[in-house]
Amino acid sequence: MAALDGMTIIALGLPFIAALVAPALVRRLGHNAAWVLALFPFFVFVRFLEFLPEVSAGSAITGGFQWVPSYNVSFSWFIDGLSLIFALLISGIGTLIVFYTGGYLKGHAQLGRFYSFIFLFMGAMLGLVISDSFLMLFVYWELTSITSFLLIGFDHGREASRRSALQALVVTGLGGLSLMAGLLVVWNITGVTQLSLLVNLGDEVRASPFYLMALILLLGGAFTKSAQFPFHFWLPNAMEAPTPVSAYLHSATMVKAGVYLVMRMNPAFGDTVAWETILPVFGGTTLIVGSLLAIRQTDLKLMLAYTTVSSLGLMVMMTGFGSEHAAAAGVLYLIAHSMFKGAFFMLAGNIDHEAGTRDITKLGGLRKLMPISFLAAMAAAFSMGGLPPFFGFLSKEEIYYGLWHADPWSIFMTVVAIVGNGLMFVVGFAIAIKPFLGREVKTPKHAHEAPLLMWIGPATLATGGLLAAVFSPIFHQYVSSPMVSAVSGEAEEVTISLVPHIGMPLLLSLVTIVFAVLVYLKVDSARSAIAATLTAIGWGPDKGFDQFVSGMVRLSRRVTKIAQPGQLDIYMTVTFAAVAVTLLAPMIIFDELPAMPAWPADAEIHELAVILIAFIGLGAVIAAKDRLTAIVSLGIQGFAVALIFMLFGAPDLSFTQFMVETLSVVILALVMTRLRLTLSDHRPTGQKIGDATVAIACGAGFMLYLLAVTEVPFRSYLSDFFIAYSKVIAHGANVVNVIIVDFRGTDTLGEIAVVMVTGLAILSLIRVRPGWKPGMLAENDPDAPTEEKK
Amino acid sequence: MRTVIFRTVAPYLTSLMVLFSIFVLLRGHNEPGGGFIGGLIAASAFAIYGIACGVAPVRRAIYFHPMAISAFGLFMSSIAGMISLPLSVPFMTGNWMQLSFFGVDIDLSSVLIFDIGVYFVVVGAITSIALALEERDRD
Repeated sequence: MAALDGMTIIALGLPFIAALVAPALVRRLGHNAAWVLALFPFFVFVRFLEFLPEVSAGSAITGGFQWVPSYNVSFSWFIDGLSLIFALLISGIGTLIVFYTGGYLKGHAQLGRFYSFIFLFMGAMLGLVISDSFLMLFVYWELTSITSFLLIGFDHGREASRRSALQALVVTGLGGLSLMAGLLVVWNITGVTQLSLLVNLGDEVRASPFYLMALILLLGGAFTKSAQFPFHFWLPNAMEAPTPVSAYLHSATMVKAGVYLVMRMNPAFGDTVAWETILPVFGGTTLIVGSLLAIRQTDLKLMLAYTTVSSLGLMVMMTGFGSEHAAAAGVLYLIAHSMFKGAFFMLAGNIDHEAGTRDITKLGGLRKLMPISFLAAMAAAFSMGGLPPFFGFLSKEEIYYGLWHADPWSIFMTVVAIVGNGLMFVVGFAIAIKPFLGREVKTPKHAHEAPLLMWIGPATLATGGLLAAVFSPIFHQYVSSPMVSAVSGEAEEVTISLVPHIGMPLLLSLVTIVFAVLVYLKVDSARSAIAATLTAIGWGPDKGFDQFVSGMVRLSRRVTKIAQPGQLDIYMTVTFAAVAVTLLAPMIIFDELPAMPAWPADAEIHELAVILIAFIGLGAVIAAKDRLTAIVSLGIQGFAVALIFMLFGAPDLSFTQFMVETLSVVILALVMTRLRLTLSDHRPTGQKIGDATVAIACGAGFMLYLLAVTEVPFRSYLSDFFIAYSKVIAHGANVVNVIIVDFRGTDTLGEIAVVMVTGLAILSLIRVRPGWKPGMLAENDPDAPTEEKK
Repeated sequence: MRTVIFRTVAPYLTSLMVLFSIFVLLRGHNEPGGGFIGGLIAASAFAIYGIACGVAPVRRAIYFHPMAISAFGLFMSSIAGMISLPLSVPFMTGNWMQLSFFGVDIDLSSVLIFDIGVYFVVVGAITSIALALEERDRD
């Protein structure tokens, strides 16, 4: 492990520091805090930029420190082409998002909190992509789910927000568990807990009989996070979040974590039949389903959300396709997508912010009012549609290079890609053209250009898409090639440029464009056709999620009804019967019943008298006419036992027994008076016999158990130690007390904590609201009527 | 239970028992006794007082909420364990110092603080249960 690199640790921690200071800064500076806060991610961006020459030369940077050495867990990072480009996207787009948020949520009362959440997410996402150790990867992975939950539910006053937030958390959280299980399997197969070591162990992984299990578990994590069909439904719902969140988390970065994982695992898991079947099938389905659903929408953000789903599908499909250019195409498309989709989301937010609606049918003619946004939108649409001179063109050419081969499977995948790309082309241009061109339409607000803070982000990203394509040799050298090499596991070079190459890919691009233009002209009828089909199906995963959740609630209520009937006598019977079985069953099954001890010949008369008193007490309990007498008689028996302790030389124990007996009689009597029971006990004979059986079994069990314990020869090893050292080490002559407070003091600390918490629990039980009846719903029960529904 | 004799004797009995409980607590290190037993004795004392004279006088007499006393005891015991940390010995190691008052040597220790904490936990927890049960109405 390389030396500890302080600057990198600072870069990793900076977003979290920013999260701490953001609320105070916003209170002081208002929305202008954006200018200061943007410095944090910008610093991180610059820090990672410094790695670029070294990484593009083909080496990977590792560093970190041992965290839990005994379990081989480290806090360590692994920066190769893949993680570096991800880190640059996260911090770079993050900087722009910080600007954008300042404009978009200007004057919002919770702006500071929003910044905190955004920075927390940024820190988590950065950690995720540069994690080397599995555990760190998992922790950061879960952290992104949690911060995404906070951000989707940011507008927590609305029920739709809360539902979407919960849905995203449940889906991605379940995926996180699957990921952890997968990583554990990988750990067991290979014995390594570091990604940097795993990528070289591909042969071992692929040969393992657990390969398929590990693969499915890992893909469970990746597919939920990256919204692959059929887990795609949470992503469009996540659009309930404010637009900066949609632009940042749900298009540019977080949803790509799954793609990141798939790309990271490609060297170790790829090149097998399972890999090259599962990934293209799921990715391709997601691509088609997502783009069809996108056509149906009229809300700008939802259109973008569904194209994000389909883009993620395309990336997964390309990564899993397995040909030479396919992985490169996935990488190029990922970079292009981050730029144009981030820009698009911010532009959708601008339109919403300035015109007051984001329904595409109610917008038009904004080009003169919002010229910069219009230009940026056209640039993003060109890139999304894969037209020169933008970076999207390069990625689409590379996609067709990667897919086109003369076998049926490749041709089929090529057709899938053409349909998906064509539909996304349609959506992209619909968003760029419909609101801006045509007649001016009366919008809810009088539109004008968005403020600087809000157009700087989309403009930068749109320009980036152009520059990356124009200067493609340099861009490929520093960005694309290292990342592609990391994904494919061997040194690769990307050469694609803006110069058109006459050949199949160019032809396929033209086919895509023709197809897209045809669909664009018929977009309204296509929209209604898809909507009609969906209504005809009438069920989707989103509805299924609701059914799943309500089914869980019903199941848990049913289980609770069985396990918690709310009747004390049932609880008591079950508890004591369980105790009796636990004590008796092992002794009977393993035939270890103790021999009955002989009657002691030297028993003194006073000792016998005490035992007699105990028996009289027991008889009195059984014979007692009313409950109070029975309780007090139980005390007689307890005192007799205390006397026996005293006679056999255990004054401390005896003392305690006296006090405990006294107090239990007092408290039992108080409980009885409080419960307002009938004076005497009227159980039917059948129940009496049953209860007596349980009681006798319990008592006999304890007796036999204690006899069995005392039959084992006594080892005086510990008592000798305590007696010898009690005075010497612990300055106390009372060995019992010294053990309690000194030798075993930590145990006692735990015990008194239990005493206190038990007291607290009993106190609250005594004070339960008197109006409560079984069957009533608790206040936090989801089925309880809430204020909102009334 | 509220006979005249019981009500008259109860306050004296309670005071004596509390006093005795403190005695038992402090001598515990060398003779039978200790925080746990002492706490139980004091708790019974308060229970008796409550049965004889009602809950309100007991609550007035002990001033703090018994659960707060219990929690304070737990806090005190934990602190007693942590005294060893600045001295860089393991958690819960007993630390001793000898003080001399008027020519009498007294051993003071973190162990004693721990034991007093145990006493408070037991007194507080049991008294709060007993008092809550003795109360007919909710306060």
